[in-house]
Amino acid sequence: MKQFDYVRPATVTEAVAAAAQPGAVYLAAGTNLLDLMKGNVTRPDRLVDVTHLDGLDGIERLADGSLRIGALVSNADLAHDGEFVKAYPAVAEALLSGASAQLRNAATVGGNLLQRTRCAYFYDTASRCNKRAAGSGCDARDGENRSHAVLGWSDRCIATHPSDFCVPLLALDAIVEIEGKNGRREIALDELHRLPGNTPENESALEPGDLIVAVRLPPAARGFAAHARYLKVRERASYAFAIVSAAAALRIENGKIAEARLALGGVAAKPWRARAAEDVLKGVAPSADAFQEAAWRALTDAKPSGANAYKIELARRIVVRALTLAAAGTPARIPALPASPFASTSGAIHA
Amino acid sequence: MNHSISLTVNGARRDFVLDDPRVTLLDLLRERLHLTGTKKGCDRGQCGACTILVDGKRINSCLALAISHDGADILTIEGLARGDRLHPVQAAFIAHDGFQCGFCTPGQIMSAIGMMQEAQAGNDPERIRECMSGNLCRCGAYAGIVDAVLEAQAGADETNQRRSA
Repeated sequence: MKQFDYVRPATVTEAVAAAAQPGAVYLAAGTNLLDLMKGNVTRPDRLVDVTHLDGLDGIERLADGSLRIGALVSNADLAHDGEFVKAYPAVAEALLSGASAQLRNAATVGGNLLQRTRCAYFYDTASRCNKRAAGSGCDARDGENRSHAVLGWSDRCIATHPSDFCVPLLALDAIVEIEGKNGRREIALDELHRLPGNTPENESALEPGDLIVAVRLPPAARGFAAHARYLKVRERASYAFAIVSAAAALRIENGKIAEARLALGGVAAKPWRARAAEDVLKGVAPSADAFQEAAWRALTDAKPSGANAYKIELARRIVVRALTLAAAGTPARIPALPASPFASTSGAIHA
Repeated sequence: MNHSISLTVNGARRDFVLDDPRVTLLDLLRERLHLTGTKKGCDRGQCGACTILVDGKRINSCLALAISHDGADILTIEGLARGDRLHPVQAAFIAHDGFQCGFCTPGQIMSAIGMMQEAQAGNDPERIRECMSGNLCRCGAYAGIVDAVLEAQAGADETNQRRSA
């Protein structure tokens, strides 16, 4: 690991000033950053430790019905917050399907949003990677790419965004509050992460010094609590990143879908909102045919970036399954294997 | 530049001067305090052998910078037994053969204690397996580990009932 300077600012303003310097990065729990630094994938000159800042670790319900989640709230504290689980069950399920209990205890809300891709070629400093070293090339294109992107990728980069948390957040129109050199601003989560295009090294809309201070769920996000699921296919039952995942949330009135929300994970460099699929579900009764149609619409633009054509069909099926489960109703308790498509048939004895 | 931090480790306050900010909690425990029960397996947050409790919560000590945890209260495997009397989770791991080579065992035990405090799994074996998935056992002693956790959980439930009765 490269040597770095360690700075512990006393206020958000001090933090922003300290992190605006070239080579500086924020340190929260460090569960992703330290891993990357140990592998020399990320080589910061300065770590700006925000974990001791006051006022960033609260979960508060605002007067208009929004929920404001401080950037330093741990993934575990949020997922186990009773009120949160009731109001946003698919978000809690997604959180609990990610990483391990130890990592969830440490990892923060802001850090989860900004975690880096798990593309093996990004991690391997002997490989070419346009994201790690701009213009160096992409060894994933002709490499082991069965888990890579099928939507929104470019010839320069086929990496995916690994977050589970972001997928239902995106479906629920989450807003990101940012403190920067010019004060406070907010953007839609959909605008935070960028598709690779010709500049895969530019992953987000954040400017130097920008600090995510909170994530907000707007009032309408509560309207989906009765019919919301997150579903995730991975290569083992637990503690694995998504090959494909889907967050489905429905507002059902008088037997018809008044409003549908759908987002996919593991398919692109950003969490992927499927608005065309949402549109086709509006006003119809929940049915297998309607969900099939939505799944086709969600993947219309998908194309393989390598040996991963199977992910397109897998994504369609996960969309159908997630919508079907959401229509059936949010379970009273998050399943033993959160977000697992196998949970309902299990009770399986793995040991 | 040197940085001073203080930690409470297994009940005792310890002060440190760090001449390098790169020191993880894991390396601090092992190299500075010679508390080598906490194991370095992968050193990348994938195996769970380095699991300790920080302010009552289980985390991977390999992915935690010591300098960032100034003031933290730390519990390691060395802080569990009271003299010759083992912690109930330690005793349950022995009773149920919850290990073979033993390398992952301190992490498994600290993780199990953290899990019981989180109170999410109860006595459901499937939930226990899920909640312990951050601890790998290359010997494959998982069946014994789950049985050990079930017994420890049952013992804890009984103790709580007695206290509330």
